[in-house]
Amino acid sequence: MSKPLSFYRSYFLSKTMSFLRRRNGTDSSKTRVADPNIEKDGADNDDKKKDQYKMPQRRNYGSKKWSCWDNCCWFIGFICSIWWFCLFLYNTMPDSIPQFVTMAITGPLPDPPGVKLRKEGLTANHPVVLVPGVVTGGLELWEGRHCAEGLLGKRLWGGSFGEFYKRPLCWLEHISLDNGTGFDPPGIRVRPVTGLVAADYFATGYFVWAVVIANLAHIGYEEKSLYMAAYDWRLSFQNTEIRDQSLTRIKSNIELLVATHGGKKVVVLPHSMGVQYFLHFMKWVETPAPRGGGGGPDWCAKHIKAIMNIGAPFLGSPKSIALHFSIEVRDIAALRAQAPGLLDKDVLGLQTFKHLMRMFRTWDATFSMIPKGGETIWGGLDWSPETETVNNSAKKGTDNSTRNTGGNGNICDTKGVNYGRLISFSKDWAETHSSKIERVDFKHVAKGDKLTNSSNCDIWLEYHEMGNRAIKAVADHKVYTAGSILDLLHYVAPKLMARGASHFSYGIADDLDDPKYDQYKYWSNPLETKLPNAPDMEIYSLYGVGLPTERGYIYKVAPPSDCSIPFQIDTSVDGDSEDSCLKGGVFSGDGDETVPIISAGFMCAKGWRGKTRFNPSGIRTYNREYKHAPPANLLEGRGTQSGSHVDLLGNFALIEDVLRVAAGATGEDIGGDRVYSDILKWSERINIKL
Amino acid sequence: MASNFLRLRKPYYVESTINCSSSSDQKLVNLSFGINETRDQTKKRQAKEHHGRRSCLDSCCWVTGYLCTTWWLLLFLYHCCLPFTVGHEMPELMPAARLKREGLKGIHPVVLVPGIVTGGLELWEGKPCADGLFRKRLWGGGGFTQLLKRPLCWLEHLSLHNETGLDPPGIRVRPVPGLFGADYSAPGYFVWDVLVKNLAKIGYEGKNLHMAAYDWRLSFQNTEVRDRALSKLKSKIELMYRANGNKKVVVVPHSMGVAYFLHFLKWVETPPPMGGGGGQGWCAEHIKAIVNIGPSFLGVPKAVSNILSAEGKDVAYFRAMAPGVLDSGTLGLRALEHVMRVSRTWDSVVSLMPKGGETIWGNMDWSPEDEHVCDFSKKRYFRLSPSDNNVNNSDAKQVFRVKDPVKYGRIISFGKAASVLHSSQLPTAVLKEILHMNASRNFNSSCGEAWTEYDEMNRESIRKIGAVDKAYTATTLFDLLRFVAPKMMNRAEAHFSHGIADNLEDPKYNHYKYWSNPLEMKLPDAPNMEIYCSYGVGIPTERSYVYKLSPSNKCKHIPYQIDTSVDGEDGSCLKSGVYFADGDESVPVLSAGFMCAKGWKGRTRFNPSGINTYVREYQSKPPTSGIKSTTHVDIMGNIALIEDILRVAAGATGEEIGGDKIYSDMLRMSERINLRL
Repeated sequence: MSKPLSFYRSYFLSKTMSFLRRRNGTDSSKTRVADPNIEKDGADNDDKKKDQYKMPQRRNYGSKKWSCWDNCCWFIGFICSIWWFCLFLYNTMPDSIPQFVTMAITGPLPDPPGVKLRKEGLTANHPVVLVPGVVTGGLELWEGRHCAEGLLGKRLWGGSFGEFYKRPLCWLEHISLDNGTGFDPPGIRVRPVTGLVAADYFATGYFVWAVVIANLAHIGYEEKSLYMAAYDWRLSFQNTEIRDQSLTRIKSNIELLVATHGGKKVVVLPHSMGVQYFLHFMKWVETPAPRGGGGGPDWCAKHIKAIMNIGAPFLGSPKSIALHFSIEVRDIAALRAQAPGLLDKDVLGLQTFKHLMRMFRTWDATFSMIPKGGETIWGGLDWSPETETVNNSAKKGTDNSTRNTGGNGNICDTKGVNYGRLISFSKDWAETHSSKIERVDFKHVAKGDKLTNSSNCDIWLEYHEMGNRAIKAVADHKVYTAGSILDLLHYVAPKLMARGASHFSYGIADDLDDPKYDQYKYWSNPLETKLPNAPDMEIYSLYGVGLPTERGYIYKVAPPSDCSIPFQIDTSVDGDSEDSCLKGGVFSGDGDETVPIISAGFMCAKGWRGKTRFNPSGIRTYNREYKHAPPANLLEGRGTQSGSHVDLLGNFALIEDVLRVAAGATGEDIGGDRVYSDILKWSERINIKL
Repeated sequence: MASNFLRLRKPYYVESTINCSSSSDQKLVNLSFGINETRDQTKKRQAKEHHGRRSCLDSCCWVTGYLCTTWWLLLFLYHCCLPFTVGHEMPELMPAARLKREGLKGIHPVVLVPGIVTGGLELWEGKPCADGLFRKRLWGGGGFTQLLKRPLCWLEHLSLHNETGLDPPGIRVRPVPGLFGADYSAPGYFVWDVLVKNLAKIGYEGKNLHMAAYDWRLSFQNTEVRDRALSKLKSKIELMYRANGNKKVVVVPHSMGVAYFLHFLKWVETPPPMGGGGGQGWCAEHIKAIVNIGPSFLGVPKAVSNILSAEGKDVAYFRAMAPGVLDSGTLGLRALEHVMRVSRTWDSVVSLMPKGGETIWGNMDWSPEDEHVCDFSKKRYFRLSPSDNNVNNSDAKQVFRVKDPVKYGRIISFGKAASVLHSSQLPTAVLKEILHMNASRNFNSSCGEAWTEYDEMNRESIRKIGAVDKAYTATTLFDLLRFVAPKMMNRAEAHFSHGIADNLEDPKYNHYKYWSNPLEMKLPDAPNMEIYCSYGVGIPTERSYVYKLSPSNKCKHIPYQIDTSVDGEDGSCLKSGVYFADGDESVPVLSAGFMCAKGWKGRTRFNPSGINTYVREYQSKPPTSGIKSTTHVDIMGNIALIEDILRVAAGATGEEIGGDKIYSDMLRMSERINLRL
């Protein structure tokens, strides 16, 4: 601390001194002649100075008056003054200057779609409902423990993360839910922020819905015709109704919007997990009370014009598996962006990951993101929809699959990749053909044989109840597909999955008319629900393509140590070639960085296309893909053509589509399907009864 | 500044560098400030050049650094010590903490209805000058920084259209929804915050606590026309009622929100298209109680002075939040004119005009507050009950009355004489003459762009009104206002009415302009509902004004101003041209309490179903700040009031929390008002 400070001081002093000294020479000598007293004192003083500060210049009048303390003050004052001056300049600067500078560098910016379409004469027509996704919605504190005294009404999640930044453990305690019930722990009430502010910005400057809202406002939308369906994204969907009556609120607000807009139906924009939440809502609202909203069988037909799903993880995302298994994924990128270093440093005393995992595992909603549809959708041991079917052996298949790597826009070399194997222990098992893998069943291995010292761990994780033998058994199973991954999770975290399984289901329905499918746990799985009877409704799936998206993982058993998570992604594993899909232990596929195309596009491309058993009334569906293009330069911020999961909400092409539909256009009007990827081909490969 | 700092430094040098003689120090000081005491002038000057240069800049830096360091140190200490001090204060600040221990739990959903100027407004579409302010606060929160950055732009966006009373073309300013729309009108100026926090303590949260944000600049019916605010409120109340197990809501309106909610009560039961179509019995089904805080049921005299000269201490927020802006030249010395221009486009201001005319507010020679004693500092209130209200302190009052008979009924008087002379001595029918004259005016618009309607008037007639001694009562006042602000009154009187209904069955009273006037509407048929009037007393409140012509007769100047030179004797109600009466600093007791104390008490024609009403007064105690304050806005943090609200929200009835609680002369005043019930 003191070292750099003294350095700066001497640096600045020497600078100023040398400047002064130049003019000093003659003056000081004259002064001395005139005033011998001063000269004497000065000389004495200089000697002292020399000793004190090791300043070689004897005639340095200036510095002798300045002690260390003064120099510190001077330095601080200097910095502060400059800072304030800059701040002042910044504040007095007209707001148009940054834009002006940007335009000077990059040339004229394209008009935002709102402005452009307004010139075309588009005006607000249908009211718009925004459904935020996981982690992007704000949460605020309504009742807290002692450590959160005085933070009532402050944001716990989103915004600047308020005062909680200072007390991470307190924060974790409040943001976690109760392990048994899936609700708030006693004495704590954390509730979603309501209104558009809930998810316009996630953190200061990090937009979520703000750009969409701004462009809607350009064509005449305002608060009365926009509604942010905020809900607590930590809870399971049905629990948001039980605790907060969130679904009832959405129903009532949509009814109000339709009533106050002269019967114009709403356009719904769900994003990310909001997509599943809204699917759940549509089933809920038509189910008779008390289990549902009692809106009657044609509620959706009467109130909804179109659902424009943005970045839709209809069928889940492999990311959530890694999150559940070892909380290691590169995701919750927002969390990292918000608190860089927090994850990696030892702020919480070396146990950051376990704290996060514990917090994460109490959130029921995360179960909704586990891949749905099992091997039928995500691929088995030796096939996956993204790669050409291999008949006999992997070797033969490679020749065929090379075709995919060409000009088809694949983001990496899919040669020999078995996407169906979501988790493999070691690279060899990820590539070897299934017939050569001997798998050991792990389910019956007793869990006893506890880890040493596990009783010292003050953090609750079910891993601590697993013994070495169990861990080995899990690793010996070698390869897991979307089907067997559920067994794995059930094995390593039985309590957790028991809670999750009562709210979510991941299968494919054989017979949709089976009365068991009236239960709410099936409502958010598009493969186990029927769409409502609303032939005039439209469903869009809008998603980004062209970004590497996590699709499978290579794991290893972590070196045994006290209280650690026994499995880790093996980041040392890389593919053979430069453009291999395997990097850092992660197999990537095409998608929007979070959701693979197969999850976002399949339902609209095939599952619901035309009249199918999942879509008995023949609701029209459209796939709209947005090819990722990185921002041209830093000034563009997060880009206007981005395809990544959240930045997609700032994509001009997407916003234009949204505005046109909100202003009354149909899917045909805006050009029907717009597909860059091979989703249609891939869908064909998926063999599902429709 | 710099010299101070050098002197500060001096002792330090003496200590640290012992050998440094005082003479050299002296020299430094002298050099720096050019005190020519030294022997060698020329050398001094040369030295001065370089020393002066060096010390000035460096000294500044040094001082800044010194101050900053000290400041940070203090800040650090403050933050270190805060947790200890907070712990001790909390229980007292939070009546809810105590009530929670008693076992109180929030049962009924609560709807908060903010008043005028307390709600936040944000920009949705603006002129080029407001670039980059999309969805940023214009009013409340950080909005006032914009006032300082671009004042004219800010005013332009807050104005409404002169004729429609809606947004001007190209501008859309909308209320900020949500609980945090009205909780902080400006940083450090709490409005709802304390109440919300207390409610949260006993179990309230987003699903059973709602802030009914509306654009407080618009007339009430226009909030529905433009923003669907009434429909939203209806839907919200229905939702909360259903979602909380069919528990009726408790509504807590404040200030103008009171009139707004009255309007809502009528609107919701009126069939569409004019109303909400909730049907008869909607209120009975959905509302448990209305706890009006600082209610301006019958208007406030402040609104009159505000319209006439933008001068009342109203828009008190303006001054409180941006002190100096009004008086200094920030807006080019025209602050008041600008304020007037903007606030005259706000229809809602008209809703605050005194209602009920002379019957309520008194005529030239009579007013209900006749026996009022103005010595607020020494006055002691006695708890009045009907049995003893004639007994107490009658002597003092008699004496006082003879000495200084305040004619509160004259809300506006031109000249002090007009405010005290008996009515028979005053000239009559001046206004009509002038009106006549004005009709045949040859109007020269030499003022260029008209700022206020004063610029469109004949300056002669303006002066004539002011020159003649004349007083206006709550009834004749409207003639005056119609004369000086014809457009505004035209626009606003389509939305508000200020009279007393003779026959409430008259079908004309189905029009929405009567809905917010308690004297021209019937309360809904909801016998189980309760209405509370909760307000502060014991604070001098503006009741009537003495006006004069303003000295300058230039264009764009407001021709009238309050004659601040007029003062009464000690202990008089007249101070700086304003007569004060009892109230909460903004709303006189009469306006806040009369309806609950008499107009609706029992079964009257205004309250046909006999809804129970309770008057709850909160007396101002000497240290009038913080948790005991009872002024119009601060009362929202008054712990006694909060406790009452919490108890009602937890299911208590008016009887259970103690029925009427009256400190002022409310009952006797009401008795003097001769109104057919």
